[in-house]
Amino acid sequence: MRLPRKGLIDRTKPISFRFDGASYAGFQGDTLASALLANDVRLVGRSFKYHRPRGLLTAGPEEPNALVEVKDAGSQTPNTRATVQEIYEGLEANSQNRWPSLRWDLLSVNDLAAPFLGAGFYYKTFMWPRAFWESLYEPLIRRAAGLGRLLPRHESATYEKAFAFCDLLVIGSGPAGLMAALTAARAGADVIVAEQDSRMGGRLLSHDGQINGTLAADWVKATYKELRSLPNVRLMTRTTVIGAYDQGTYGALERVGLHLPAQPDLPRECFWRIVAGQAIMATGALERPIAFADNDRPGIMLASAAQTYLNRYGVTPGTRVTIYANNDNARTVARQLIADGVKVAAILDSRPDASSLEDCPVFLGARITGTRGRRALSRIAVHQGGNDFQIETDCLLMSGGWNPLVNLACHQNARPEWREDIAAFVPRPGMVPGLHAAGSANGAFSTLACLSEGRAAAQAALAALGRTAPAPDLPEAEDDPFRVTPVWQVPGRGRAWLDFANDVTVKDVKLAAQEGFTSVEHMKRYTTQGMAPDQGKNSNVAALAVLADATGRGIAETGTTTFRPPFTPVSIGALGAGGQGLGFAPQRFLTSDQASRDRGAPMVEAGLWYRPSYFPKPGETTWRHACDREVLMVRSSVGVADVSTLGKIDIQGRDAARFLDFVYTNTFSTLPVGRVRYGLMLREDGFVMDDGTTARLGEDHYLMTTTTAAAGQVMRHLDFIHQAYCADWQVRFISVTEAWAQFAVAGPLSKMLLNSVLDTRLGDFPFMSCGDVQVEGVAARLFRISFSGEEGYEIAVPTAYGEALFRDLLSRAETLGGGAYGMEALNVMRIEKGFITHAEIHGRVTAFDIGMAKMVSAKKDCIGKAASQRPGLTRPAREQLVGLRPLTDTAIGAGAHLFNPGDRVHRETDQGYVTSVCWSPTLGSWLALAFLQNGRARHGQRVRLVDHLRKTDVLCEVTDPVFLDPEGAKLRA
Amino acid sequence: MPDLIAKSALHGTAPLTLAGTTLAEAAPGPITSIACFPGTLAEVAARLGGFPVPGRVAGDLVWTGPEQAFLLGRAAPDLAGIAAVTDQSGGWAALRLTGPRAVQALMRLYPLDLRPAHFPPGSVARVPLGHMQSVLIREEAGFLVLVFRSMARTAWHEIETALQSLDARARAGLEAPSS
Repeated sequence: MRLPRKGLIDRTKPISFRFDGASYAGFQGDTLASALLANDVRLVGRSFKYHRPRGLLTAGPEEPNALVEVKDAGSQTPNTRATVQEIYEGLEANSQNRWPSLRWDLLSVNDLAAPFLGAGFYYKTFMWPRAFWESLYEPLIRRAAGLGRLLPRHESATYEKAFAFCDLLVIGSGPAGLMAALTAARAGADVIVAEQDSRMGGRLLSHDGQINGTLAADWVKATYKELRSLPNVRLMTRTTVIGAYDQGTYGALERVGLHLPAQPDLPRECFWRIVAGQAIMATGALERPIAFADNDRPGIMLASAAQTYLNRYGVTPGTRVTIYANNDNARTVARQLIADGVKVAAILDSRPDASSLEDCPVFLGARITGTRGRRALSRIAVHQGGNDFQIETDCLLMSGGWNPLVNLACHQNARPEWREDIAAFVPRPGMVPGLHAAGSANGAFSTLACLSEGRAAAQAALAALGRTAPAPDLPEAEDDPFRVTPVWQVPGRGRAWLDFANDVTVKDVKLAAQEGFTSVEHMKRYTTQGMAPDQGKNSNVAALAVLADATGRGIAETGTTTFRPPFTPVSIGALGAGGQGLGFAPQRFLTSDQASRDRGAPMVEAGLWYRPSYFPKPGETTWRHACDREVLMVRSSVGVADVSTLGKIDIQGRDAARFLDFVYTNTFSTLPVGRVRYGLMLREDGFVMDDGTTARLGEDHYLMTTTTAAAGQVMRHLDFIHQAYCADWQVRFISVTEAWAQFAVAGPLSKMLLNSVLDTRLGDFPFMSCGDVQVEGVAARLFRISFSGEEGYEIAVPTAYGEALFRDLLSRAETLGGGAYGMEALNVMRIEKGFITHAEIHGRVTAFDIGMAKMVSAKKDCIGKAASQRPGLTRPAREQLVGLRPLTDTAIGAGAHLFNPGDRVHRETDQGYVTSVCWSPTLGSWLALAFLQNGRARHGQRVRLVDHLRKTDVLCEVTDPVFLDPEGAKLRA
Repeated sequence: MPDLIAKSALHGTAPLTLAGTTLAEAAPGPITSIACFPGTLAEVAARLGGFPVPGRVAGDLVWTGPEQAFLLGRAAPDLAGIAAVTDQSGGWAALRLTGPRAVQALMRLYPLDLRPAHFPPGSVARVPLGHMQSVLIREEAGFLVLVFRSMARTAWHEIETALQSLDARARAGLEAPSS
């Protein structure tokens, strides 16, 4: 119920929203939780395992019960905490894990079976038959127990990621955080304050206490105003720091647009990586529930949550409230409720020696033995001083003490220490280098102590940053001592919940201990305590206290489980922001890209590049029609192809030749200027890394080309060799792949085509020469090399001229009866010629395997040479490169395996495999390149090609891998 | 004069202004890589009129690696025998980002501290832009980003997306925390 004139909501801005199909009203500044509570909606969810009716337990991000699905513009976000989700006009949320409705949930029969469904039930019951687990039991169990649903669709919302740097990161903006920020900001440090809430202030927003004689909320307002006015302070609300990583790096999740209706381009969330010189953990503390029988009914919540609903949102959680506490802190809540006219039926204090000054019945040394009410609390059973009695109540507030939020300090695996006086774990100094704990997060619970620790932490951080500045005065504030007597479990009949989110009870933890799972980590896994979306924020300490009791150990000795990032759940969408779809990798486009697309060429991805697959002509219905035509066109007239994707590395210096001799198996120091040579490169382990041609442009100047696939790898390889083995040599190299657009011009009419664009007719330019030319006024480089087996040239111009030259060459080629050819035709022609690509040099073949053992020069050393001479890498039984031709006209495919005719076809008799195939329009046959055991000695023999995938089984003749013009007469023409 | 038509990497792409910040293709002119041979730095510097220290720009010379710089906008003098001189003009696309949100936009893409005090005008970094190699130069008025020419469209798209997000934040009345 909403109280008049209270809270930090904007009553001039009413907002309507829907929950489970019903329409409700709230105000700007409400969370879904506070707005539902204001509308007296108590039942907000069903529990994970037993489908018990559940209401709000907390008012913060630790909420275990009120998890809802939020729908907007085509998406549906499950497991949204109603206590975090702010309402906006049109918000639509639904409860989860219930069928058919939240009030009538059929799976609540699980609750009746509860005596059988304790910890370990599934492990013990669904053991047999073994195969049933994955196929039957697990899917059934998962369907019954669960949280929200994901839509089986691609995420369409926008997410963002960003980086930030600062001197000091203040995490949390309660009294400690604000005081720390103020201290550091006034000292001139560059400060970021990250606050998970939509407003700065932390628990001060939930108080009615005073600072400096005014309302705490007013002090927050004034401090916020000062911080906002400073240019060296960045205030980040709705930003949860979720992890502490190495070197002062913190991960943080900002909820950017989740409190608004979806808008184009507005990210839902932003994942920040914040690098801070120093950081202050002012994350506060969470109140603990108390484990008494049936402590999970809607209407039972934490006292601190009620305080927040009352002061922050002007909502009373009930009309007849009872309080059950073991500490003084909860008394403040009682006084506030009474002051606001809310009936407090009773205060039950577990301590026999506590005070009883409040203006309501106070029962000391009391305990709750049970509760009643199906979908909402109606009464409680109390035991006190030998008497048992019942109290009618619709809202029970519990307070079992406070747990400092030590999570971030533990993210690098240091463990917190137990403090008996406050019955809580606190951080030790130095758990994360540069991270200082302050305030409640450090076990200091009074407002004054928080302010003081915040200031001290900031001073320590400033000192570490090498800054000194006068500290601001401490404001006056309450400094009440914190008195608590732990109550870990209350005797009574019925289940007492520890972990509300995963339905783990005191009995389950005791059972774990009884069955030998006495380590806290084993107990956690056996009972699933702490493994729900709240990650045990409400239950870890209580659960390990019960475990400590059951195993006869102390709490400190029992220890905590491991705290890991993220502190609160993070969307995968936020972590992967920018990486979806085309964001996954850059796209690389050729200068000829548009010209190829204009001609209808389908583009194929080659690494990051897009290359034309083939150039269809009218009437050609399949790629093969176009490909066959393009092959015959090149072989009879002239073809043009963009080969700019090949890696190009410019190498200069007095030691350039020596360097090439070192990285290539063959010799380049003997290459004359103006000539090109084919080179083979090995990895350190002796296997083939890459091949390509290298031209000698000048005495100390070479141009290396690599395959498209290995361009980056070769560059890295050269860098490594240079830096590791010969850093003092006079050699420098740089990639020029992108600096030159390069086109292959191939075919019997290639020289005629070239002469039509060159400013000077080509003179004697034999195979494997290179030189400078002028093309339509532009300085260009010409190489006479061939990957097709025809007379072939490659002409390179500065990239800016690439598109123009390509279009010019094409139109002139078309006049000569030629034209463009694509990757398919290029591939067919290289197979006809037996030229290898990375289909063959796939990383497991040696120079010996591809018949190039003689290219590994005996006269010099090179990278990989020693390793390539290991006995296993050169024996005849290795699979060697051969050509294959099917004896019948049968389509064959790469990936097929080879067997001796007559052998049984199975793994042990495998003789090799096929790497590349094509239909050769030139030879009118299917052709394949393959690796075959002892293959070079088997030319002329037959092998059986079996392709289980394509159901092919055909006899083939083994041949030399060069099918066409083995003497090379055409390319030397 | 050449008869072949030259085209820039983002030919025909109009400048884009979002959140008061403008992304446009830049034309830095010729780009020449100058890599000193061992022990020649002083001599190279003398002939060029300076040589940048790591992470800095010196005049029209931009540091790009150990004893290596890009000369922007003019032809290199003869450095035969003392440095490897390589034309890189066509290899890079240049994007210029100017305006109040430039730092914020780029700090959504670069894991670098680009705040003016930490990356002042005259600073340069070789740093990946997403998955792309890039040279990032801080100029007086903004940033000059060099990426491999073939990837220009992706680079444009990445920066455009960052600007769109900042613009959407502004339209929603959300103050983007500056980086």
